[in-house]
Amino acid sequence: MKYLMLKHYRGGPVKHPNAEPTMDTWTPDEVDAHLAYMDDFADRLRASGEFVSGTALAPTGTFVRHDGEGRPPVTDGPFAETKDLVAGWMVVDVESWERALELAGELSAAPGPGGKPLHEWLELRPFLESDAPVTE
Amino acid sequence: MSVDEGLLRELTPRVIGVLVRRGADFAAAEDAVQEALLRAWTTWPGPAGAPRDPLAWLVTTAWRCHLDAVRSAAARRGREVRVDAEPAPGPGVAVDDTLRLYFLCAHPALSPAAAQALTLRAVGGLTTRQIADAFLVPESTMAQRISRAKRAVAGVDLDRPGRLPTVLRVLYLVFNAGYSGDVDLSAEAIRLTRQLVRLTDDAEAAGLLALMLLHQARRVARTRADGALVPLAEQDRSRWDTALIAEGVDVLQTALARDRLGEYQAQAAIAALHADARSVGETDWVQVVEWYDELLRLTGSPVVQLNRAVAVGEADGPRAGLAALAAVPADVPRRDAAAAHLHEADGDLATAAGLYAAAAQAAPNLAERDHLTRQAARLHQALRER
Repeated sequence: MKYLMLKHYRGGPVKHPNAEPTMDTWTPDEVDAHLAYMDDFADRLRASGEFVSGTALAPTGTFVRHDGEGRPPVTDGPFAETKDLVAGWMVVDVESWERALELAGELSAAPGPGGKPLHEWLELRPFLESDAPVTE
Repeated sequence: MSVDEGLLRELTPRVIGVLVRRGADFAAAEDAVQEALLRAWTTWPGPAGAPRDPLAWLVTTAWRCHLDAVRSAAARRGREVRVDAEPAPGPGVAVDDTLRLYFLCAHPALSPAAAQALTLRAVGGLTTRQIADAFLVPESTMAQRISRAKRAVAGVDLDRPGRLPTVLRVLYLVFNAGYSGDVDLSAEAIRLTRQLVRLTDDAEAAGLLALMLLHQARRVARTRADGALVPLAEQDRSRWDTALIAEGVDVLQTALARDRLGEYQAQAAIAALHADARSVGETDWVQVVEWYDELLRLTGSPVVQLNRAVAVGEADGPRAGLAALAAVPADVPRRDAAAAHLHEADGDLATAAGLYAAAAQAAPNLAERDHLTRQAARLHQALRER
């Protein structure tokens, strides 16, 4: 079963007091420890055969929509300050919903200032597989 | 016994050249050679081992693959097509065959991404899978990109000379694509540029080769064990590859002696000045600035203007650097990072920290973003401890 773990710059339920996303105000050692934790997390999922893909996204987004035949698309933005912005994602392929919850919990425990877990909210979304099963 | 991958790759463009001379069109020849390469990968390590004459083996195998493809295409159309199973030996393999492929694969009709992929396959002899891995896209996507590229150049006359600057540009992009997957694209770009220098005897091709060698020489020193970027000023210079530096300087000097200066030679000259200095303090910044002036004259590029401002900051002090920076347009990538560096050198840590944080937000890749975040964090910490 594939699940998407979405990390948001902002948005989601009320923040835990530890969740301080502006890394440039941490100490360099805290930054290093956080990045090492993230790398290590992905490496462990690769080793366990559960990693599918993952990427970070730039912090600006632009909304785009069709504006009729022969016209260029309408854009709104780029926004750096929207209510909700996806910071990155990871896709995992795991045995169960429980395992997906466990992994998202681990990722949310990435260390922040003082080496304490950030308790950041992660959004977990199951994939809808594109094909119906072969057997009925 | 293992497959001599280097040999296979080197022979690839020559085999394509032979098939084209025998009458296959480029797209078909390239497909057939790719198929032959895949067979070499599976059969050469087998009990029979690699053939005694690998070029002849590849030509024969690729030609058979081509004939099979023609026959099955004919069968699909329900028609009989007579093809010569054993063609008369064409003219010997012309040296120019490979050069023509460079021009074709970097044809201006192709997007940079398509040109890179096609060059790596037809000139570099990489498999579609290797190229896909290197650019982090699915293999089917890369296969499609390559086949569209081949269609785009289908009507191009292989005998017409192409444009060397576009070839150099493509090789430069491949070099910068760096390393991911099991193929080192920087090393591959160096190999292809080295071969091009032999084929063209062009000062700018040599300048590009020198530039690549001088950058490659610093590569291991440019990242920490955990993958973090190490800026030039902080690199452990004892880890620079002196053999590559010596070769790069040598190639550059020969090129410069021909008195046909171009942007790659000027960039290589700057890289050589850095390579020459045992520490950042010993760098001949005045000469670096002079080369940036030259490069600016050649290109008029605002990116060069930005790099020049940083060099001026080293040569004449941060205030002079900031003055030079004032003329650089605000939307030039990495301008905030350069400004941060100069403000820090000028002692204005608060401004520098803010600019580093802004630069991190706009960084084009993770390595740079993390590096710039660390810089901002370092200055914020210094400010707190004051």
